[in-house]
Amino acid sequence: MSGLPLLPSSPQHEPTLTRRTFLRLTTLAGAGLTLGVSLPEPVAGKGSEGGAHGRALVTPFVRIDPDNTVTVVSKHVEAGQGVWTGLPAIVAEELDAAWGQMRVESAPALVPLYGNFIFDPKGSVQGTGGSSSVANSWYQLRTAGAAARAMLVAAAAQKWQVPTREIAVRSGLVSHPSGKQATFGQLASAAGKLPVPERVALKDPASFTLIGRESLPRLDSRAKSTGTQQFAIDVILPDMKTAVVLRPPRFGAKVQSVDPKAAKALPGVVDIVQIPTGVAVVGSDMWSAKKGREALQVVWDESGAEKRGSAELIAEFKRLASLDDAVDVLKHGDVNAALAGAAHVIDAEFEFPYLAHAPMEPLNAVCKLSGDRCEIWAGAQFQTIDQLMAAMACGLKPEQVKINTLAAGGTFGRRANFESDFIAEAAAIAKATGGNYPVRVIWTREDDVTGGKYRPMNYHRVKAGVSKDGRLIAYQQRVVGQSIIAGTAWAAVMKDGVDPYAVEGSAPEQYDIPNAHVTWTNPKAGVPVLSWRSVGHSHMAYSKETIVDELAEAAGRDPVEFRLALLAEQPRRAAVLRLAAQKAGWDKPFAREKGRGRGIALQEAFNTIVAQVAEVTVTGDDIRIDRVVCAVDCGIAVTPDVVRAQMQSGIGFGLAAALHGEITLTEGRVDQTNFHQYQVLRINEMPRSVEVHIVPSKEAPTGVGEPGVPPIAPAVANAVRMATGVRLRKLPFTISDARSAKT
Amino acid sequence: MAVRLTVNDQPSELDLDPQMPLLWALRDHLRLTGTKFGCGMGLCGACTVHIDGRAMRSCITPLSAVEGKQITTIEALSSVAGRAVQQAWIDLDVVQCGYCQSGQVMSAAALLSGNPAPSDPDIDSAMGGNICRCATYVRIRAAIHRAAQSLASQAHPEV
Repeated sequence: MSGLPLLPSSPQHEPTLTRRTFLRLTTLAGAGLTLGVSLPEPVAGKGSEGGAHGRALVTPFVRIDPDNTVTVVSKHVEAGQGVWTGLPAIVAEELDAAWGQMRVESAPALVPLYGNFIFDPKGSVQGTGGSSSVANSWYQLRTAGAAARAMLVAAAAQKWQVPTREIAVRSGLVSHPSGKQATFGQLASAAGKLPVPERVALKDPASFTLIGRESLPRLDSRAKSTGTQQFAIDVILPDMKTAVVLRPPRFGAKVQSVDPKAAKALPGVVDIVQIPTGVAVVGSDMWSAKKGREALQVVWDESGAEKRGSAELIAEFKRLASLDDAVDVLKHGDVNAALAGAAHVIDAEFEFPYLAHAPMEPLNAVCKLSGDRCEIWAGAQFQTIDQLMAAMACGLKPEQVKINTLAAGGTFGRRANFESDFIAEAAAIAKATGGNYPVRVIWTREDDVTGGKYRPMNYHRVKAGVSKDGRLIAYQQRVVGQSIIAGTAWAAVMKDGVDPYAVEGSAPEQYDIPNAHVTWTNPKAGVPVLSWRSVGHSHMAYSKETIVDELAEAAGRDPVEFRLALLAEQPRRAAVLRLAAQKAGWDKPFAREKGRGRGIALQEAFNTIVAQVAEVTVTGDDIRIDRVVCAVDCGIAVTPDVVRAQMQSGIGFGLAAALHGEITLTEGRVDQTNFHQYQVLRINEMPRSVEVHIVPSKEAPTGVGEPGVPPIAPAVANAVRMATGVRLRKLPFTISDARSAKT
Repeated sequence: MAVRLTVNDQPSELDLDPQMPLLWALRDHLRLTGTKFGCGMGLCGACTVHIDGRAMRSCITPLSAVEGKQITTIEALSSVAGRAVQQAWIDLDVVQCGYCQSGQVMSAAALLSGNPAPSDPDIDSAMGGNICRCATYVRIRAAIHRAAQSLASQAHPEV
């Protein structure tokens, strides 16, 4: 995900972190990053007392208050993936804090200070995605923690008149052999007046005590278990109104005329305004807004709308796949010659549907517009873009927009979009209603499921062959699926006409295959698409891992052994595969009871490697996943229990797509509206046993939010094939359809 | 039209449409935002509250149906089972995004009130109406068992 283009960036402006002034910028050694450091302004009559609210030691990423709490400023949104635990763990480690004193809060929108350096080395965009949060924060937060520690030590040395080298810090306590000791809170005020060190030494990972600790409780568990965690949908401002938006019945349709009379006559309906995405009905509460929308009459101009259904679209994708005008994604060796000379060739077609993200917190945002200021509350995932889009929607400059990032009730990619649709809507409604009241927009579940920005539908055609001696020698793949970034500000990352997110994780990328050719076509379709947890890997891993499994069988080789032969140059991937196989008992013969099967799959996504073994029982069309064994190499596991949770989560999310997930269209209208039709995984379908094994590592950490998703569907498909002989080449799985399609 | 509600032992009289789902009265008018909106059709369980002790979906329960009944939301969950569930949720770090968890906790507390030692199939059956898109289901099962054990040891402290 490097090389992200410079977007129209928001100029540096008065930091919204606090009212304090940024006194200077200091480059700290070891990180290679510019770390803005702010110190508290002396406040007459307050600072000297160091009262409960007199914040004392303040840097952009760490704040130590006199009440002895350490607050980490998270530039990444917490959407369940655990950054509100992982980022504080990194700081606490270098700071030698006690875990119980750690707190976390969201950073304001401010680049490059809070930019994502994995997206782009300049940090031009603040955002969360690509499983990058921990990797992006690793050195930055270690440095921030170490700097704050050094300041506390210096303050203690001054106070006690002893050399700094004699001072120890352990579990939130600063001490000297003479018996003197102080808490962070007691030293914070004095430490805050000291200069930030130019250089800090980082710990040897061998001495980590918090990072890697098995039991490091999540900082958000209590609030989220007691209903007190505030999400954007819970924000209540004085005089706030609620809006729902009537959007077009087909993608690309526009408002032709609006008859608001019936809606306006209803009690509680406050305003009806047209905005770029449709017509907003503003009510005194959600119920009146919804009732108003039901009564609203809108005539749509559907001349520019997408009117094809899924059947027509997939037929078109197949037609495109037969043409010769695809762009090359990857090409080496001579794939045609190798296929011609192969001992066994598999020629397979795969179909993947559009998928909705369906986070449990429906999209929503609150906007308060007053004069030249706009304030947004949202589960913001792309703060820099959100700021820009809100500004454009209400006619202000980005620096006039303040983004308050709240915990997001899931996102899976949906809240990170190049139009910031849900946030821009709130701003557009606020603008259209004259900023007369704070307004929140809430998407109903129907709005969410039918609202587009789906994982792209995909068609793959794969021809792959093994040699007489059982080696995978040729892999040819034709991918047809809409680009996520073409036509957006991100399109600059397209190289030679290829959207990397459309085709990432292909077989020749992941295995050593001597002859390979992968091509891609971006079909024209009016259905909006977006990154969906694990992005291109979500479909690319599937065709790859099921084909590789079939080739292993054709070659008369064990699927693990066959893959290991393709990983001679990839020791980390091989080790993960071996670990999953070993923990699953792969070396022992699997009891070939009727309807039972076992399958394995491997994928590296976002620099994290995951292998999964699935054991299934098939009864008719019913696939029960009995057990999943997962191995993961994510470098140093900062918070191992969060890593386990993310693997469990990825497995459940991937299973939902494998078993049920499908957005279809008929004549351009989305067929599914709510969870009765767009089915997701429920508890009875979750495997009884999900074991996660983490590869011990000294490498810098990589992300875990997405990489657990891609291997599960192919692992299950491979298990189903063992159980039934049926090849599942269309998602979601329907065994009877696949059986009748089998020739 | 005035609707009389008793929420978390607090009686209130609200001038609202009797057809308004309880969910929106709780969230928009009583400011009890711990109860969540997820689907509006009783399909996901995020809005689960206790009505006379039973787990109900507040998004499809009109106000007219709950007059005179005891409504308990996550904010006031204080039953023995409820506290045991919440503690187990915290001990096992069940939550991820957390949005569905108010509803999960309310459903789990109602389950344990009626069945203090549920089996996995009992849990799957009672919790099948609560969707967690983060798929925290493995830990939800484990936490319910843990809460059940905790309740059992409270009931039989000598064991």
